[in-house]
Amino acid sequence: MNVELRNIHKHFGNVYANKGINLNVPSGTIQGILGENGAGKSTLMKILSGFIQADPGGEIILDGTPTVIQSPADAIHVGIGMLHQDPLDFPPMRVLDNFLLGQSGGLFPNRNAVAQDFKRLAGQFDFSLDPDNYVDALTVGERQQLEIIRLLWLGARVLILDEPTTGISASQKAKLFDTLKKLAGQGMTIIFVSHKLEDVENLCHRVAVLRAGELVGETQTPYVTANLVEMMFGKEITLGERQPAKAGEIVLALKDVSLEDVRLRIKNVNLEVRSGEVIGLAGMEGSGQDLFIRSCAGLVRPVGGRILLKGRDLTGKSYHPFKREGVNFLPAARLEEGLVPGLTLTDHFILAEEPRGLFIDHAAGQKLADERIKSFNIRGAPLTPVESLSGGNQQRAELALLQSPLSLVLLEHPTRGLDIESVIYIWGKLKERCGQGASIIFISSDLEEILQYSDRVLVFFNGEVSDPMDASKTSVEQLGQLIGGKGWAGKGEADV
Amino acid sequence: MFKKQLISLLYQIGALLLAFGVVSLILLSVGASPWDAYRNMFTGSFGSMRKFAEVLVAFVPLLLVTAGLLATFSSGLWNIGVEGQVVLGAIATTWVYRFFLDSGLPPALIITLAILGGMVGGAIWAALAGVLKVFGGVNEIFGGLGLNFVATALTIYLIFGPWKRPGVASMSGTVPFPDEFSLPQLAALRISPWALGISLVGIVVIYFLLQGTYFGLRLKAVGKNFRAAYLLGIPTWQYSMYSFLVCGALAGAAGAMQVAAVYHRLIPSISSGYGYLGLMVAMLINYRAVWAVPVALFFAGLNIGSIQLPILMKLDSSLSGVLQGVLVLFVLLAAGVRQKFSKKA
Repeated sequence: MNVELRNIHKHFGNVYANKGINLNVPSGTIQGILGENGAGKSTLMKILSGFIQADPGGEIILDGTPTVIQSPADAIHVGIGMLHQDPLDFPPMRVLDNFLLGQSGGLFPNRNAVAQDFKRLAGQFDFSLDPDNYVDALTVGERQQLEIIRLLWLGARVLILDEPTTGISASQKAKLFDTLKKLAGQGMTIIFVSHKLEDVENLCHRVAVLRAGELVGETQTPYVTANLVEMMFGKEITLGERQPAKAGEIVLALKDVSLEDVRLRIKNVNLEVRSGEVIGLAGMEGSGQDLFIRSCAGLVRPVGGRILLKGRDLTGKSYHPFKREGVNFLPAARLEEGLVPGLTLTDHFILAEEPRGLFIDHAAGQKLADERIKSFNIRGAPLTPVESLSGGNQQRAELALLQSPLSLVLLEHPTRGLDIESVIYIWGKLKERCGQGASIIFISSDLEEILQYSDRVLVFFNGEVSDPMDASKTSVEQLGQLIGGKGWAGKGEADV
Repeated sequence: MFKKQLISLLYQIGALLLAFGVVSLILLSVGASPWDAYRNMFTGSFGSMRKFAEVLVAFVPLLLVTAGLLATFSSGLWNIGVEGQVVLGAIATTWVYRFFLDSGLPPALIITLAILGGMVGGAIWAALAGVLKVFGGVNEIFGGLGLNFVATALTIYLIFGPWKRPGVASMSGTVPFPDEFSLPQLAALRISPWALGISLVGIVVIYFLLQGTYFGLRLKAVGKNFRAAYLLGIPTWQYSMYSFLVCGALAGAAGAMQVAAVYHRLIPSISSGYGYLGLMVAMLINYRAVWAVPVALFFAGLNIGSIQLPILMKLDSSLSGVLQGVLVLFVLLAAGVRQKFSKKA
């Protein structure tokens, strides 16, 4: 099926996720969609698969017919199926039941006939799926296979895959690519969304690159990697004046630390962070940096190795022992994890202090709040509930909650979604803390921010961790290549 | 700020009117006069000093339970097990009485020990629900509900087993204690000023605990955002347990009052459903302690007032329950509607 997107706009508030995108994908093509986090890839695919609607004025044209897609059910009805990064299946149910779920009509499904269809489709692609197995016993790769044949069985003629190669093994990836090539050969249209340059280069006939909501370029095989990186991350980089850290004593030492979650395995990381130093963690979301930063706070327990804080072994301890040693963790999800909606700024400042006696001195709390609001330039009153602050002010409030003295601050996306004024202000405050001897480790998807404010940078790719790189000698292009999985000499892609 | 409160009050009044409207329709459908029913309920509860004393007898356990629930609701827990905690409070009180009855200790001391014993009993039962929740991953609603059934069964077992009356065990409960072991009552009235005092102390303590202490603020933080509270350095699961203990102790005190001030023995339905009724009061007042006294008094009045209905109007006394339930539903509905409305604006 030919898929044509015309003039697709989508805005959330005053942020444009998609700006005037035009894209034409002919039948039988494997179309790659490349872009960094927040480039608008997912939004575009959600529009095509009916999860959200584009702003008025845009058109989706299928085989020459303008089509309105208002829900995922509409999408599959016209033949568009989407495979999500986290498979949208029902883990406590059997494979065959999952397979049946999307089918419309019929109070009593004909299980035998469906089981036949299932076996035929699974056999066609050489998938070894047991229809009676439970879905939570499957690997991510097998769940993907289940989802693919389910969508095909429902009549999909366009298959959208969102970051399908994250969390699956190399052999499963090879099988996936074979399957996709076979399907394209049969005239299916495949849209492959990824940030992994190598996967896109190996699989896709053509690539479209998105950046900041716009389609910045389209190219065809053979690809020039440097061009793709340049399109993804942009080129004009202006590095401001950097403030190198004075090397102090060792605050945090990781010795052969190994970490694991459902998707990733990080092996044998060694790192020493010195007082006053800033370490930036780069990588696409879900490449392991979140796991890594949480392990430095005791929120994720390492499966191997040791974590020492100022020489004290805190391996296997929870966050509160870390916090007593002066480690503070500021999560990216401010209202979900960082602040308590329903409580005021004053309440927060009181909570962050050590209790003095049984009763709260409300007058003192008010005074403390006034001081902090002033010194952190928070636009809000002491009795403002935190949820009614703007994002930037919530972030300032979180900074104002950092304890003193402080040995290590761990931040996830400290400036995501903030205006430039807030960004500069927040880094000013953080650098102040560095001057007082605190170290900082932060995650950011903004490469300029990473290079601007870090002393050293670690790049994460699919659970692999690069050696620390000197930020002053690293360019955005180099980082971009590593983030996309290129140039990992000797550290080839992990077979998870 | 003032305007906000006014709007809130209007919604509450609207909910109240709607609730009475719906119950009136029910009454009309069975051919009864709503006006007569409400008038009879009012005179049945507030018509005389004796009747008002009965209302206060119901008010005491209801207020204690509500006070306890404010602690668990603050920490984000639905302590359905409060009913069983009342029962265990009554059982523990009875046990302490039986243990010391022939000891020769002064009655005042035994009464005090019995009430404290009841509070410990309720707290232990609440701690069980808490342990199930914190360490076993059992939702406190399911754990509490299960424990409620166990508590009821335990009462029946004790009344018909180890604690049965000499001769034949019966549904009328264990052997009553001599009068000097009861909390003193007002002459000719069933209400004990001591019991009333204890319940008022309970709600005042909870009010200050939640409004003015670090403990209360931390409970609220845990209830409103468990993750963030943990990252702010609050020992979260411990605070969940503390709130269970506080609630259990107050529910246990309610059970103790039922034994020490009202029935003077253990009877099968010792809690009289005050645990569940307390849940309704707590929901109705939206967890604000200042409203606990008037609303609990209103609910107690409905309960006592409806006792007259079968005699005077051939209506079942469960009408009060219908009215209470409908009222809670409409108040929650009003809150939901208001939220939706204010989001749009």
